[in-house]
Amino acid sequence: MGMKLQTQIGRFFAYLVLTLGGIAMLTPFFWLISSSLKAPHEIYQFPPVWIPDPPRWENYAEVFQYVPVFRYLSNTLLITVLATTGIVFSSSLAAYSFARLRFRGRDAMFAVILSTLMLPFAATMIPVYILFVKLGWVGTFAPLIVPSWFGGPITIFLLRQFFRTIPMELEDAARIDGAGRPRIFLTIILPLSRAALTVVVVLSLLHNWNDFMAPLIYLQKRDLYTLALGLNALQYLEGGRDWTHYVMVMATMMVAPVVIAYFLAQRAFVEGIVLTGLKG
Amino acid sequence: MQTTAVPSTAVKPTPKPRFWQRLSFEETFWGWVFIIPAMLGFLFFHFGPVLASLALSFTSYDIITAPRWVGLANYQKLVTDDLWIRSVEVTLRYVGLYVPSALIASYAIAMLMARNIRGINLYRTMWYLPSVVPLVASAVIWRWALHPEFGPINYPLKVMGLPSPRWLTDPNWIIPSLVFISLWGLGNTVLIFLASIKGVSPSLYEAAEVDGAGPWAKFRNITLPMTSSIIFFQLIINVINSFQVFGVAYVLFVTQPSASSAGPNNAALFYVLYMFRNAFGYFRNGYASSMAWVLFVVIMLLTWLLFYSQRKWVYYETEGK
Repeated sequence: MGMKLQTQIGRFFAYLVLTLGGIAMLTPFFWLISSSLKAPHEIYQFPPVWIPDPPRWENYAEVFQYVPVFRYLSNTLLITVLATTGIVFSSSLAAYSFARLRFRGRDAMFAVILSTLMLPFAATMIPVYILFVKLGWVGTFAPLIVPSWFGGPITIFLLRQFFRTIPMELEDAARIDGAGRPRIFLTIILPLSRAALTVVVVLSLLHNWNDFMAPLIYLQKRDLYTLALGLNALQYLEGGRDWTHYVMVMATMMVAPVVIAYFLAQRAFVEGIVLTGLKG
Repeated sequence: MQTTAVPSTAVKPTPKPRFWQRLSFEETFWGWVFIIPAMLGFLFFHFGPVLASLALSFTSYDIITAPRWVGLANYQKLVTDDLWIRSVEVTLRYVGLYVPSALIASYAIAMLMARNIRGINLYRTMWYLPSVVPLVASAVIWRWALHPEFGPINYPLKVMGLPSPRWLTDPNWIIPSLVFISLWGLGNTVLIFLASIKGVSPSLYEAAEVDGAGPWAKFRNITLPMTSSIIFFQLIINVINSFQVFGVAYVLFVTQPSASSAGPNNAALFYVLYMFRNAFGYFRNGYASSMAWVLFVVIMLLTWLLFYSQRKWVYYETEGK
């Protein structure tokens, strides 16, 4: 009986913490949206205003007058789409090879690729930058896209794990019919791996949409800016106006697609996180 | 992991040929062709650059003029550079504060979620959502949420007559505030821990219950050891990442690459931020490379140390095989 009471209290405590904590985790979202609908004076008001009265929806229209939002958006989308295509293509090829083809040196090469997972980004940042300077690519989107076409340790690892679960018989049957490896890869492996590919696509979209440091290094001109750079720059825009409510509008516009994407592809998000986090 | 060392019962007269002796040319050919992009990526974006940054660290190089050999001068300069020392302090304080709190908090939340909770999906979403928020947006949100006069965090403190810190302008509060901001995105780690806790076989708990084990004993003797390899992996990943904090500090405290300070009293001068400033603000690529290599070696040593110490506290199911 005492045991039962104890678990009851435990459960109550769990619900309490998870609910209160969960609400706390969501509050900044509310604060963000609320601030994006405020008039400038409401931003500087004490006590803080939670529900702007009236909500200034026109903030959302006005921000387009001052900030080339569509330009930033199309830049971001271009980079994101091309980089994602690249990482999916190059990583799935390598993963197929590592997972299902047998050749000498395979496991050593896989270990080599995986080892870069532990390599700090900072250790390669400067020479890679110099390489792109020499190629004349600084100030273009190329440095943000091209590396993705050369695979990535996490995506290769993830896809390899998945490809290994596809029954060998399917591949053997196709080989008897005379299919070569490229065809097997395209017509059997990829179509059967939709779930895993979705996970990789989601991870890559998220990474490129959110990325700040690489665009900061390579895109100095304002018309090349991504949303992340544009949002950062908006904070320091001069002109005697107060920009904070516009900053909040733009932040909302940057967060909203990610949140919507989460609700659309919840499983892929969760699986991606869990799979990349579980095994080193 | 791959070795399935099955002790053969029958003595076979002819040993099975190792797999590469049976390899087909066709498989080898395509095997290599398919990994060419990834191997080139390794050479051009990882291996090559790491070596190049070692070489650069012994030079003075502004990209426009040819690199000039300076020997160990960059490294000697590091130890007398007050800003570099500052950046080490700042980074260590952050790592020391963030890594333990993030791991402990995530694990605790995951333990609560691992009870058979109703509406787990809702809770998972609530806790996870902040971790998908772009870093720039997160910094922008918290800059105003932590505003000392008009922010909602200080409001209740003021009402209750408690001291209301100047979170992002008081040098002593800056690191704790940044840790706090990062902790907002802890949902990631929570989900990973949750999956690993849920993955522990129920039969182990049942067996323990038969032996009369209480909740604490079950946690201490089953849950913790069975998830220790994931805790270990998360520890390493978190250490590596938090040594390289950059974005949040940049968005909150730096207005341009060559800005000479990062927050009041340089309280947010993170290691990578200072490195970035040297490379992209002052074009001191040699000096910045020496910083990169110091960081690289420290992270490698730490990772090695953690791997070495893990034998003592990490349990792997395959142990003893």
